[in-house]
Amino acid sequence: MAKLKGEVKIAIETCKGCELCIHECPQDTLVMSEELNQRGYHYAVVAVDNCTGCTNCALVCPDACITVYREVRGKKQPIAQISNVTEDMTITIDGRQP
Amino acid sequence: MSEVKFMKGNEALAEAAIRAGLDAYFGYPITPQSEILEYLAIHVPKRGGVVLQAESEVAAINMIYGAAGAGARVMTTTSSPGFSLMQEGISYIASAQLPCLLANIVRGGPGLGTIQPSQGDYFQAVKGGGHGDYHLIVLTPSTVQEMADFVYLGFDLADKYLTPVMILTDGALGQGMEKVTFPDYDPAKKKVAKPWATTGKSPNRSKNVITSLYLQPEKMEQINEELQAKYTKIRANEVRWEEYLTEDAEVLFTAFGLGSRIARKTIQLAREKGIKAGLFRPKTVWPFPYQRLKELAQQVDVIMDVELNAGQMIEDVRLAVEGAVPVLFHGRMGGMIPTPEEVLEKLEANLQPAQAGISQQEVAL
Amino acid sequence: MSTQQDLICEQIDNIKMAKVYERPDSLLDVRMHYCPGCGHTTTHKILMEIVDELQIKNEVIGVAPVGCSVLAYDYLDIDMQQAAHGRATAVATGIKAVQPDKYVFTYQGDGDLAAIGTAETIHSANRGENFLIVFINNGIYGMTGGQMAPTTPIGEKTATSPYGRDRATMGAPIDITGLLAQLPGTFYATRQSVHDAKAVRKAKKALTKAFQYQKLNKGLCIVEIVSNCPSGWKLTPYESNQWMIEHMMSLYPPGDVKAPSKEDLQS
Repeated sequence: MAKLKGEVKIAIETCKGCELCIHECPQDTLVMSEELNQRGYHYAVVAVDNCTGCTNCALVCPDACITVYREVRGKKQPIAQISNVTEDMTITIDGRQP
Repeated sequence: MSEVKFMKGNEALAEAAIRAGLDAYFGYPITPQSEILEYLAIHVPKRGGVVLQAESEVAAINMIYGAAGAGARVMTTTSSPGFSLMQEGISYIASAQLPCLLANIVRGGPGLGTIQPSQGDYFQAVKGGGHGDYHLIVLTPSTVQEMADFVYLGFDLADKYLTPVMILTDGALGQGMEKVTFPDYDPAKKKVAKPWATTGKSPNRSKNVITSLYLQPEKMEQINEELQAKYTKIRANEVRWEEYLTEDAEVLFTAFGLGSRIARKTIQLAREKGIKAGLFRPKTVWPFPYQRLKELAQQVDVIMDVELNAGQMIEDVRLAVEGAVPVLFHGRMGGMIPTPEEVLEKLEANLQPAQAGISQQEVAL
Repeated sequence: MSTQQDLICEQIDNIKMAKVYERPDSLLDVRMHYCPGCGHTTTHKILMEIVDELQIKNEVIGVAPVGCSVLAYDYLDIDMQQAAHGRATAVATGIKAVQPDKYVFTYQGDGDLAAIGTAETIHSANRGENFLIVFINNGIYGMTGGQMAPTTPIGEKTATSPYGRDRATMGAPIDITGLLAQLPGTFYATRQSVHDAKAVRKAKKALTKAFQYQKLNKGLCIVEIVSNCPSGWKLTPYESNQWMIEHMMSLYPPGDVKAPSKEDLQS
């Protein structure tokens, strides 16, 4: 099965240029911009259209600048579902246990 | 129905707090006020409410901050060294404008001092104590009855002005037993809405934040101005005092709390000797009744201030009198209690030079 | 954050796309003052994700004492109290005493929790207070400009240990989470980090549990987040995380220090 298609949207004015997302991306999708934002930071931008929507960049982004989309094939996939703690202590993210 | 009991001052204070609808008490044992915590530990759980023995006075005052900020009617009590430990938290509470009742059952200091009664914490109570421009409303009971009465008053003033209110009393009134009548008081009727409290952000309001931090000086100044406006209002509305035989007084005693009881007895002795003496007793030492004392200073020949300290309230007395008449002083320190006889002796020894117009400094020193 | 029920699908380039991650609603859309790459920021974010996912926004009361995170209430859209330095757990004790049905948490740094507030911390745990301590341990005083913390590793140079932390005169790094785990009043003690996506997932899971445990009324939960301080350590955010893994995690290894048993989880 081909990799799922993903897409990220980055709030560039919120970005502080920490680069953690760049180190975290398994696809090397992201790079730092040449330009500065209004606060004077280089910000993360998409360099290659190969995102799989894994959300790693967004999870590690301290300032919550990144919104992630992922292709839906067939049934809808849950993104973060938490079951009742006292009965079953499991959290699933993207339908998997982290 | 009001109810009459024979109780220690500390117990009366505790019982009144329960009857005033105390939701939570946080405190730490220290002589001579541990009866309050002990009494509440017995009776509060039966009537519903929280009594928690904290690990320190520092923790206790911060528990008060948290619980008051969450909208509860709360109280802590301690004695002098413990009150020193609480000062940081009290400054935060005053700045965050949280209502609560504090009581300091003062003992002799400085340092670890003694467990005997004293009025040595007047400066700390009235002139600040903690950091920054703030005041507490300070109530000074002189009887076990007032130990109870001022609890109701204190809670209501705290809610009315969103400010910490303090009962400043001493070990003798805390430990001494007297008759006390508990008035009818329905806490449910006195309950005020606290829409600012952190009770969980309900969907129909914006979040509530309890804070004393304003990094921008313009904002911090504005907060200070709000506080000062509140204090101006309190000064205008909440000054309380009592007068005893002042109508014809030529000698005026000024004293608060336990000191006022010694002064009363001295006045009786003085009157037997033909000295027309009277008493001016502030019930609130902040706000201090400057205006009425200033008026009385026009009427009398001399003022004698009696305290269980080296002379603390006397500074406010002199501010009120503005040099109109000499202000004498008699005080004992370190847990010693002045007797009416020695007060009278000091008065008589000074009466002649005072009336002859010798300056107050020479007399007082 | 979206849940399964309101999963939003959009068409992007003719492909049906679902939003799988977005900024949590309860994290206010304001710029946070933290330095780039700071673990505080990430922890704020996941706390608010949890608040949104558990749908407990109306029942949460937070306490932020003095430290870098004292302004947390500017960023989190929940009721909060600012506390004096070291007194967060006392303030939380007061809140929980009069609001026992609410979720209460403190958010404290190492200076606050492990130095000036040690007494309050230990006694809150010993009383088995039913609130959550979120403990950010970055081994340095960030807010005041990089001074030594009680958790600073031996040999580490800071503004107040310019020749490196000397065990003989400055003491050894203190493991507060380990200390608290010794007390019967502590229900759950765990050490996590937020330096990469995997760690963030784990930390979020631990924090979620810790929130939910409050409903069991069985004692204090502490979630230590071993974190970075790029500015204080004078490293880039990525380098600071690598330094943290090397120097901090050997002292403060990630994982549960005290976890409730199955029986403990019965209500």
